[in-house]
Amino acid sequence: MVKDSSGMRRWSVGWLAAALAALLTGAMLLSLRYGTTHYSLSEIITGLFIDHSSREGLILSTVRLPRLAATVLIGASLGVAGALMQGVTRNPLASPSVFGVNAGAAFAVVLMIVLFPAVPVLWRVCGALIGAIGSVTLVFALSKIIRFGKPEVKMALIGVTMQTFLAVGTQALLLLNESKAEQAMYWLAGSVVGVRWPAIAILACWCAVGLALALGLSRSLAALSLGDEVAASLGQQVRRLRLMAVCAVVMLAGASVAVAGPIGFVGLMVPHIVRYMAGVHYRVVLPLSGLLGALLLTGADVCSRAISYPGETPVGIVTALIGTPYFIYLARRQGGRMS
Amino acid sequence: MSGRSSLVLGTLALALALCGLLSMGLGAVYIRADDILAALLGSGDPDYRVILLDYRLPRVLIGILVGAALAVAGVVVQTLLRNGLASPGTLGITAGAGMGAVLVVLALPAALAPWISPAAFVGAAAVALAIYGIAYKRGVDPVRLTLVGVALGAFCGAGIDLLLVKGDANLATALVWLAGSLWGRSWAQWGALLPWIALLLPLVWYLSLRLDVLGLGQPIAKGLGMAVARLQFLLLCSVIGLAGSSVAAAGTIGFVGLICPHMAASLVGRRHHVQLPVAALLGAIFVVGADFLGRMIKPPLELPAGLIISAIGAPYFIYLMWRASKR
Repeated sequence: MVKDSSGMRRWSVGWLAAALAALLTGAMLLSLRYGTTHYSLSEIITGLFIDHSSREGLILSTVRLPRLAATVLIGASLGVAGALMQGVTRNPLASPSVFGVNAGAAFAVVLMIVLFPAVPVLWRVCGALIGAIGSVTLVFALSKIIRFGKPEVKMALIGVTMQTFLAVGTQALLLLNESKAEQAMYWLAGSVVGVRWPAIAILACWCAVGLALALGLSRSLAALSLGDEVAASLGQQVRRLRLMAVCAVVMLAGASVAVAGPIGFVGLMVPHIVRYMAGVHYRVVLPLSGLLGALLLTGADVCSRAISYPGETPVGIVTALIGTPYFIYLARRQGGRMS
Repeated sequence: MSGRSSLVLGTLALALALCGLLSMGLGAVYIRADDILAALLGSGDPDYRVILLDYRLPRVLIGILVGAALAVAGVVVQTLLRNGLASPGTLGITAGAGMGAVLVVLALPAALAPWISPAAFVGAAAVALAIYGIAYKRGVDPVRLTLVGVALGAFCGAGIDLLLVKGDANLATALVWLAGSLWGRSWAQWGALLPWIALLLPLVWYLSLRLDVLGLGQPIAKGLGMAVARLQFLLLCSVIGLAGSSVAAAGTIGFVGLICPHMAASLVGRRHHVQLPVAALLGAIFVVGADFLGRMIKPPLELPAGLIISAIGAPYFIYLMWRASKR
């Protein structure tokens, strides 16, 4: 524990990162071990590295490993995307869904399910991605045309409005096509069950580019968090910066929602938890949000297999149930502010 | 009050009267305006009287109260939290109402409809007070209150989802009640709603000058000698009363509380003295008008008012912002 300039007790960043990484490794091992059947450590190693054709090897490499990869990537993406959003809009209520990422993807997926019920899963992933990108592009274009209040407030308001509108469209589609509603509801609940390698390849490409872009922006975002004028006077090109940050959010959150459906809470709460633990500087907040997001989602995924064993509980629900008490504890203890 | 705000208020009041009249006149049975007047005054065709007094009038009146209450609660929350994205749902009203309804259905599976509404109100109040209590630490910081509200709201939402996933048919019934519609609402809901609204709307309006000062930020408000913590608690209780009773009567019509404050501000500015009544009228018009449209679009199917409000309100709000940016 060290004290920073505001006199609050914080963990030093290095130790925090190491602890989170260690916990994440542990959670990943648990995720490989437990499920409808349990494997010992030696069985995992044999199955993954030595004997692919054994029963354990097959289950591990076609079911558990892809699921684990998806969970880690999505958790990290959503955490980082949330931190970016809160930086760009300077609003603690912002999360990737505020720009209509989730609503756009959901609308596209439901439309595809209604129009082409037999379409393969991979196409659905692409459709969701297109929906997410389309809706965010629309929000960004509208906020270019419209001048209304402060830029960051305006963008968030337009995003929320767009999100509501698309949600109504989705609901109307479901109301008018009740026979296909069940298939769509399954996707809308948000789940990492049954993710396969091809979808993960797409996810990994987008995440890699998005994460690199986000980390590259972290220094400039720290300036932006001081306000548009200050950032401009520090030599930042505010508009271009905002555009690039939004691009990164679309890649990260769009790919996540495309693969696993809408998963809330991680994008909203993880950045706040990181701020309470490690301070407000974006060079610290962005990478740690990625780590903590991956840890939270992986942990929640492990718990989701245990809560109503052998059935599964949707991971989005478990994330909120685990995350909230810890968040409240931190908020009470430090009472820190978001800058 | 300036000429412009009086003009806006007058126009909105006229629009509301028109919406109410249309909503009472049109439907499965068409009733002319003079017949409506006659029926309301106690004479006229007895069939019309039954239709109007038992079915259409309570819906219109409840719609007015609910819309006004949600919009005013939205203004208060946005000032209290100093966040333009906040709405009564941010303080846990929606999640709490859902939780209350779900719990009462689990506890008393036999007694359905009459208990859901009070349980929703109690749930909303309990969750909102819990959020305030958790966020309280030598005063209430708006950002902390917001974050705790969102977190606890997500927690309750996850709890409801979990119970739903476990699959209890009764729970679905409970949640239909909360879907945001005036369908089948009658004088009973009106009776439960009226005292809250009649007491709290004037109170909030009376506090409008204090709201203006609070909107400048806590340090300034304190510097001007205001008892900030007490005012915050009073405002929170008003929001609970207004939004909680509305949600308990008509379910969650979320968008009203979010956009009516912004619309009112773009029409008459952010002085609460005029913003509050304008927002209240806008909210009432939205709910009554949406309920009317929901009945007319595809009879005999009734589309929930909440759905219609989002479908029309969202593009209209974008248009308003676009128009404001040309000035």
